[in-house]
Parts: sequence; structure tokens; C-alpha cells
Amino acid sequence: MPTQRPRPWSRPIPPATVIARALHLAPETFWMVVKVLIVLLGPLSLAALLTWVERRGSAMLQDRIGPNRAAILGRWRLLGFPQIVADGLKAFLKEDLVPPHANRVLFWLAPILAFLPAALGFAVIPFGQSFQSGDRTYHMSLLDPGNGMGMLYPMAIGALAVYGVLAAAWGSNNKWSILGGMRASAQMVSYELAMSLAVLAVFLTTGGYDPHEIIESQRGLWNVVPQVVGFLVFFTCMFAETGRLPFDFAEGESEIVAGYLTEFGSMKFALMYLSEYIHIVTASALVATLYFGGWRVPFVADPGPILSVLAFLAKVVFFAWVFVWVRWTLPRFRYDQLMRLGWKVLLPLSLGNFLLQAFLIYRRG
Amino acid sequence: MRGYAPILLLFLVALALPVIIWNLSRLLRPYAPSAAKASTYECGITPATEARDQFSVRYYLVAVMFLVFDVETVFLFPWAVQMKELALFGLIEIGIFLFLLLFGYGYIWSKGALTWE
Repeated sequence: MPTQRPRPWSRPIPPATVIARALHLAPETFWMVVKVLIVLLGPLSLAALLTWVERRGSAMLQDRIGPNRAAILGRWRLLGFPQIVADGLKAFLKEDLVPPHANRVLFWLAPILAFLPAALGFAVIPFGQSFQSGDRTYHMSLLDPGNGMGMLYPMAIGALAVYGVLAAAWGSNNKWSILGGMRASAQMVSYELAMSLAVLAVFLTTGGYDPHEIIESQRGLWNVVPQVVGFLVFFTCMFAETGRLPFDFAEGESEIVAGYLTEFGSMKFALMYLSEYIHIVTASALVATLYFGGWRVPFVADPGPILSVLAFLAKVVFFAWVFVWVRWTLPRFRYDQLMRLGWKVLLPLSLGNFLLQAFLIYRRG
Repeated sequence: MRGYAPILLLFLVALALPVIIWNLSRLLRPYAPSAAKASTYECGITPATEARDQFSVRYYLVAVMFLVFDVETVFLFPWAVQMKELALFGLIEIGIFLFLLLFGYGYIWSKGALTWE
């Protein structure tokens, strides 16, 4: 009686399936775990890298040398690259101080509340083109297309970052912290309006909010061309949302010491600091996805998995560099200027852009 | 659940990471509290008043206005996605909605609620 089992040599087995079989996992589960690791460790390592880029980049822009003393085994300095490891190790070995006047629960909770939204934010963003291997389609985003959340998810998760800041500020029970926390929350909340209206205009022209759809709609022309106003508003809001320099009132060191981070030290500080950099990476990824075609490569219709991931990475790194570049170029605004820009300039501009796009679509029919 | 399991897994891993790091560093880090370390940081000056004091009412105003405008954007999301199907009817509806909202926006602007000095 001949068995109906498919012969294993009839078709080349994809390498992912081979590893999954070796680990006794279903290929779906294996792929899911791999994607969770990519989505968590990718932005995490990019953020760590960004702290190095920030310090070396600022040194470059200000004609200094920057960190160059940390060395592997006291010998290889590698342009100050080991500084990342040295900083991490230092934070790891520091005494962990919880001030007695602080609210203990909030003080411990704040780094987690700051880290969770940062770590979860990347989940729906496609970091490469979907590809076929064997008889399966692999999507390069943690959630498959058509998950019903789409780009609403990173916006919702990003908005939760306010809680980490507020918990840190209130829990510390320090004047600088509370000042910084109040400023940060009012600022994040104000700029969220202009940001969501700008994103709304993209949803409008796409006719959907799934990131895969948004990237698909940018096949011929990237969104930045028809939506240049929306892009400028969105990018500006991202500086306010991540608390980067033209708007870094939450921790303006010349005014309020370190803002809501004042009382934090050791690994707690490192976690909150790292979360801020992860937010920058996520913001860059959002800009790339919404306005610069995500993983698309100009003049290449189907870049394939490897080229598309590289293209996406290049765009994210570029925008992350713009964040650093702007920080060391512009001075800090005043708080009333920030509020005026947010409520009186960006909000009407964003709404106007939204209405214009709606009108154009309606005219086109 | 349409495959939301990865989010749950990511959430658990992201939650476990700080806890693991804290517990590992507890084995290595020193512990030497002192009265000076325990005091509130105020640039070296002895803290005078309580930190949780009154602050500007404008922060509350911003929160309230944000709530209004954020609900507005929530209403706009479904319309933006379904705009072609809703056609002229939807456009007029959203026009009336936005007109009322812009009226309120002009009102709070003229009242000086958006001015920070």
C-alpha cells in the first residue's frame, strides 16, 4: 500500500522551516517568535546605536572629538563605539536609589510605563516586503495585514507614553520633576491633535489605515509629494512627541535640571532614557511608512525581502539622524512659543491640509 | 482574535525585560544609603516647601481642549476611510460637524485660552 506522504526531496525546504523543525516548533510559531525578537530588539539596538550617533554626531557638528576613550580591552577604541557598552554597564552597576519622599509604587512603575509603549510601538509597521517561501507567505510585520488596527495602533500606543512621564513626575515628588512632567504632558497632548489630523489626510488618500495598504498606495509616488504640508506638520509634531530639542521642555537642562528624570538613577534612568530613543526610532519608522514609501525602493517595483529591509532601514536611520541633526542645530523654543505653534499654526494647517485633500479626492470622484 | 497573539507575546517579553534586568543588577550593585542621598534634589539647597503644590490652570485647560479636539479626530477617522462610499452626503455631514467645531475653536482663541504668556 503506497503511502500518501509527500516525499521530502520533491521540493526544496525553506531554511526557516528547517530551523523550526529542529526546534520542534510549528513554522508559524517560529516565525512569530523571530518577528517578536526583531520588533523588540531591532528598535532597541537601533536606539542604543543612536545614543552613540548622538554623541559622536554632536561632536562632529560642534567641531569636538566626542567620546573616544572607552576601548575594548584597553586597546580598540573604534571611534568611541564601546562607549555604548560602557554606559550600559555603568548604569547596571550603579546603586539603585528610591528617594524616601517619593511614591515607591509609581517610582518603580514609571520606567516600565515608559518602556512598554516604546517597546510595543513597532508591532504593526512593515519592515520589509512580504515574501513567498515554500507555499507560505511571510509578512515582515509582527501583525499580518488586515489585523483591524493598522496605523491606529502605533498612534494609540504612542499616546500612552504620557503615562510614563506623568508617573515619573508625580512619583518623584520633586519640583523639577513635576514642572517637567506637566510641561511634557501638555506638550504631547497638544501636538497629538495636529499629528492625528496629518495622519488622517494619509488615511483619506489611501482609503484605509492598514500600513500595508498605505505602502501599496505609494507604489508610483511617495506620499510626501502630494502631502508635503502633512509631512512637515507630522514631522514637527514628532519632535514634540518625542521631546526632542526644539521642544525639549520636559527636561530642559538649563531650566529644570533633568525634568521628570531628575530623581532617577541607575537602570531605571537607563530604561527611561532608552525608551526616549526607541520613540525616535519608531517616529522615524512612522515617517518612512506614511510619507516615504516604507520599504519601497525608487524605480524598483518589487525589491524583494533583502533589498526592501535594507531600504526601510536606510530610511529609518536617515530620519533618526535628522532628529540628531536638528537637535544640535536649533536652539530651544520658549514654552509659550511651543503652545502657539501647536495650537495656532500646526492645528489649523493640519486641518486645512485634511480638508484640501478631502476636496481634491471629491473633485476627482 | 485575528492573530493578536504576537502582541501579547511582545507585551510579556517587554514586561519581563526590565524586571529581569533589575533583578540581575541587584546582585551586583552596591547599597549604601545616606541622609544626603535621600534628600530631594534641589541643586544642593535644603528643600523648603512641598513639591506637590499649585500650578498653572492652563495645563487643565489644555487637557480639556485636547479632549474635545481628540474626540473630533476620532469621529473623523471612520469618515476618512469610508469617504468614497459616503459621497456627498458624508461630505456635507462632516462639513456641518467641522463648522461647529471650528466655531468653538475660534471662540476659545478669541477668549485667549490658547495664549500662554
